[in-house]
This record gives sequence, structure tokens and C-alpha cells, in this order.
Amino acid sequence: MYHPTVERYRAPAVAVTTDSRERNDQRNDRLFRLAVLGCALFVLVALLGAASSMLWGAREAFSTFGWHFVVSTDWDAVQRKFGALVPIYGTLATAAIAMMIAVPVSFGIAVFLTEIAPVWARGPVSTAVELLAGIPSIIYGMWGLFVFVPFMAAHVDPWLDTHAGALPLVGPLFRGPPIGLGMLTAGIVLGIMVIPFIASVMREVFTTVPIQLKESAYAVGNTTWEVVWDVVLPYTRSAVVGGVFLGLGRALGETMAVTFVLGNAHLLTASLLQPGNSIAATIANEFTEADSSVYLSSLIALGFLLFVVTFVVLAIARLMLRRLARQGGVAA
Amino acid sequence: MSLLRSPLMSTRRSIVLLVTAIAFTTPALAEDITGAGSTFVYPILSKWSTSYHAKSGNEINYQSIGSGGGIAQIKAATVTFGASDMPMKPEDLKAAGLGQFPVVIGGVVPVVNLEGVRPGQMKFTGPILADIYLGKITRWNDPALKAINPGVPLPNQQIAVVHRSDGSGTTFNWVDYLSKVSSEWKAKVGEGTSVNWPAGVGGKGNEGVAAYVNQIKGSIGYVELAYATQNKMSYAAVRNKDGMFVEPTVASFQAAAAHADWTREPDFYEVITDAPGKDAWPIAASTFVIMYRQPKDPVRASAALTFFKWALEQGQADAQSLDYIPLPGSLTKQIEAYWAKNFAVK
Repeated sequence: MYHPTVERYRAPAVAVTTDSRERNDQRNDRLFRLAVLGCALFVLVALLGAASSMLWGAREAFSTFGWHFVVSTDWDAVQRKFGALVPIYGTLATAAIAMMIAVPVSFGIAVFLTEIAPVWARGPVSTAVELLAGIPSIIYGMWGLFVFVPFMAAHVDPWLDTHAGALPLVGPLFRGPPIGLGMLTAGIVLGIMVIPFIASVMREVFTTVPIQLKESAYAVGNTTWEVVWDVVLPYTRSAVVGGVFLGLGRALGETMAVTFVLGNAHLLTASLLQPGNSIAATIANEFTEADSSVYLSSLIALGFLLFVVTFVVLAIARLMLRRLARQGGVAA
Repeated sequence: MSLLRSPLMSTRRSIVLLVTAIAFTTPALAEDITGAGSTFVYPILSKWSTSYHAKSGNEINYQSIGSGGGIAQIKAATVTFGASDMPMKPEDLKAAGLGQFPVVIGGVVPVVNLEGVRPGQMKFTGPILADIYLGKITRWNDPALKAINPGVPLPNQQIAVVHRSDGSGTTFNWVDYLSKVSSEWKAKVGEGTSVNWPAGVGGKGNEGVAAYVNQIKGSIGYVELAYATQNKMSYAAVRNKDGMFVEPTVASFQAAAAHADWTREPDFYEVITDAPGKDAWPIAASTFVIMYRQPKDPVRASAALTFFKWALEQGQADAQSLDYIPLPGSLTKQIEAYWAKNFAVK
């Protein structure tokens, strides 16, 4: 079939030197660079836009309360006094509990799926893990409220109160009436929610470890644990940490499930069995009924602080990662 | 990351697209009446909507987003009417060009979860309720509770206080009552659609509070009567202004509404908690509908008024079947006179 355009294009390309081809390549490459730069800029612009519009919305709260807003435990819509310490603490505490549960369990799932499970079982189980990630958070919230909260109230809370509550140092963390709701429950539900995210990333990157490395390690007599800890994990460290970040980000910002099981009380207590509040839950609960402008502004300020908290947590995690990488380099 | 390119995600995305497409292609009827606000009034509005749709073909699309949200939406003129459990002040109404009228009367009832305690068996007084919610009375076998509840098996158990976590008109009526009966409550906490709770856990919505009270042993909460009935919860009697213990019944709500003086303030600005009268339920509440006096969309506003006229005159049996209280006939007359006088549409 005759195609004039192609013909016209091809003929000189063959005839002339490679110079024009290089020019073409350079032009195309420049276009490609611009396109991907645009994609990256889009993220930055969206990020800056979100942050600055929240900061703008929060200006009334920050100008009224100043720094006090971040360190105050007040949350009184009647007196119009607002402070963010309780929700910030609740957000960090529940996310910390969630990560304590989710990271080891996800690691276990990923190791099992890549090293131990029989090959025929790997596909179905990893699909099941990914399906878990697709469950809407409201479902986790309902399950938490109707199934998990009564279980915690009947079995876990009383046990913790009598056994762990008497311990020195950590005792105050586990004292309280057995109501089932609270930071511990919310943290556990969050942990279950983020497991599929972290586990599927870990599983995916564990499969990228070259088989030669692993087999050499096995060949010199390493156990499965030693192979995973000394070969697989160092090889995939940055990707694993990336997966943990993904889960952590979700845990910090999760709203619905937390609202159901956290207890939504603006109280600052050491006890994990007591109800608390998180930034996202506070916004979800109170945004529709915020009846004064400073109230609304305070809620937007909370949104901005969630932004800052997430940024700070991720920055700290990155710094730790860099230090780890340096130590790894020295050891090697 | 296989997670991001799993088939599940793309299926979900196409479902979202499909739903969006359907939402945008549904033709809007001229008489589609939209409203938003109070969750308290949601059950009866949806029942009215069904009955009225069968009769007239007009649909009422009501979003129960909360009273404050309803006021915000009507101020932004995104809906035909807003519904609020907290009446707007006459001067605020005037400033925004709005008018308001009550549509149903209902009530907030305290509910408890105590083993062996039947609905209606437990008794409270206003000051005791205030002290419980202030965190001053913390155990069920407190002498103050024992004194007014002889024969009730009150355990030596901590009281788990449950309140609303979201701002709500139900909360407004509850704390309005507590403010009227307890000066300490008024000074320390005050009233509003959401307050700084000294104690307890917060559930989202009536259903959230009902779920928490059902699950936490030894808890006390406050919900709209319909939620208490539907969830078979153990409601309590409360001592009213005249010193009588009354149960939340149609008769006691009606007594509260009958004793309220609706003409004292313009625009029906009246909160009927702590009403006088021997048989009056002390925490009765009314929900107000708020509309523009000079609506931008007169066709819909007029359809909405026709709907409310039907609801006030013929929908009261529906209301009663859901434990709302029919408005007294004299009040219906006053409301219709108010419409004629204040609204530009009929």
C-alpha cells in the first residue's frame, strides 16, 4: 500500500547523514522531558495549591489563637475556643499503633508469599490481599463498631486493665473503663486496613530480588530467616520503606473507620483504652455543623496541620532511611 | 506495584464513571423539591415524601446533613428549603430574607443500657442528667439516682456517657434543656449544636449514639424517640418542670407543644424544652423549615409550600406513626397565616 507521508519521510532519512536523525531524536527527547516534567510539576502544583488554600482558610484560626492553637487542648464551639493538640495526638497515636501491627504482619505475609508458600497458593493469596485493599473504609468502620468493639469491651479491655494497667511505666496506657471504643481499637482497625497496602508492595518488591543472590545464600547454609533479613531486605530496603510510607499516609488520613471506633471525644488522656479524636475524624464529624467562621476556620486549620503532620512524619522517616542506608554502606 | 494496576481498581473506576454518567443524565423535574438539614426530621420527611409522591407525583429530595448544614445550604440557596432543629433568630432571618415555621414536634429521650432495667423503669431529673453529663455523677448506684429509683436494680458500675460527635439539633435541644435546669451546665458548657463535652464518648448521628448505647453496658445516651423505639432501647422517664415524672409518649409531647407559646416571639422563635404543664415531656423539640420569603425559584418554592400544607393538614397521621407529634390545629392555622403574610409565593 502506498503511503506518501511515510515515503517522503523515509527517503531523506536514508539519504542524509545521521546528523538529522540525531536532531530528531534530540527534539523528541526534549518533548518527552517536558512532558514528564509537566507530570511532576502537576503534583507539586496540586500539593502547593492544597496547602496554601488550606492555610488561607485557616488564617482566621491562626490569627485568633496563634501558636496556642497547636498546643491547646480546648475544643469548645460554644465559647469559640479551639486547639488542635487532642486531634494531633490521637492521629499520631492511632497511626503508631496501626504501624506497629501492620508492618510486622505485612512483612510476614510478604515473606510467606515469596519464600515459603507453595507456588500454586501464591497467586490466590496475593489476590486476596489486594482485594482487602479495595474494601471501602466504611465497611471496616461498621465491622469495627458492631463486631470488634464488643469483642474488645468484653475480652481485651478488661484483661488489659487488670493485667497491664498495674505495670509500672506503661500501666497508664492501659487503664480505663472497658467500653471497647478508643485509641487502641482504632489503631488495631487501622492496622488491619493498611496491611494489604504494605503487604502487596512488599510482596511485589521481594519478587524482584535476583534468584542467584538468594540461592547463593541458601547454598552457604543460611536459613530462610537469614536469607530474608540479610539478602532480601537490604536489597529492597527503599521500596519496602516506600510501601510502609504508603500505609502510614493512609493511617494518618483515614476518616470513616476511625470515626466509628475512636469515640470522638476531645480528651487528652494517656490511656489507649479511652476515647480520643483524630484530625480527620474531627473534620468529618463537625464540618457540616460548624456554625461560626472561626469554628470553620479551625477545622480547615486542622486539615492544614494534618498536612504538616504527615509531612513531618514522612520527612523523619526519610532521614532515618538515609542514615540506615549510610550505615549499610559502611558495613558493606 | 501490582496494587495500582490490579483489575479491581479499573473496575471500580469504571463503576464510578458509570454512576456519574447516570447521575448527570437523570432529567430534573420542575417540581423536584430539594431540602437539606436536620437528621431529626429525616424519617418523617422521607415518609411524607413517599406518600406525597404517590398522591401528586412531586418528589421531595431531602438530604439529612444536619441542622447547621441545612441553614448553610438554604443561605447559599442551593436547596428549596432548609430544616433545622434550632430555630434561627428573627433578626438573622430578616437579614438573610428568610422565614421559618415548625413542621413537626418530637422529642429527645435519654436511653440507658442497664441489665434488668425495662424501658420506662429508670427515672431521671434534669439536674441529675446534667450532673451525669458533667461527669459529676459517675456510678449507677449514686445516692441521687437511688433516691428517685427505688426498686430499680442499679449496679455498682461506671456510667458510660454517650453524646453526639457531630453537631446536631438533637444535641441543641438536649443541652438547651440541661442549660435550663442546671446553672452549672449553663456556666461551664452552655448550649449549641455541638458543645465541649466534659465527659463521655461521641457517636455520629442518632444511629451512632444508638449503636454505642446498645453496645456499651452501663451507658446512657440521648436520641430521638423514633430511634429509641426502632432499636428497642430502654428509654427513661424524666421529671418535668411541674415536678412530675413523665414518660416519652405522644400525650406527653403533645402536652409540651400545647403549653408552648408560639406567638410570644416572631417567626415561631421558641424552644419548647422544659415546658410547663403536669403532663409535659421536658425535652420536647420542634423542627423548623426555613425558606426564602422572596424565592429565586418561585415554582419550586410554591411546590414546597403546597407540600408542607399537605403535610401539616393530612400528613399528621404519618407523623404519629413514627412517634412525632401532630402540631396542634391552632398552630397549623397560625403557620398558614404566616405563609400568607410573609412568603411571596402561595
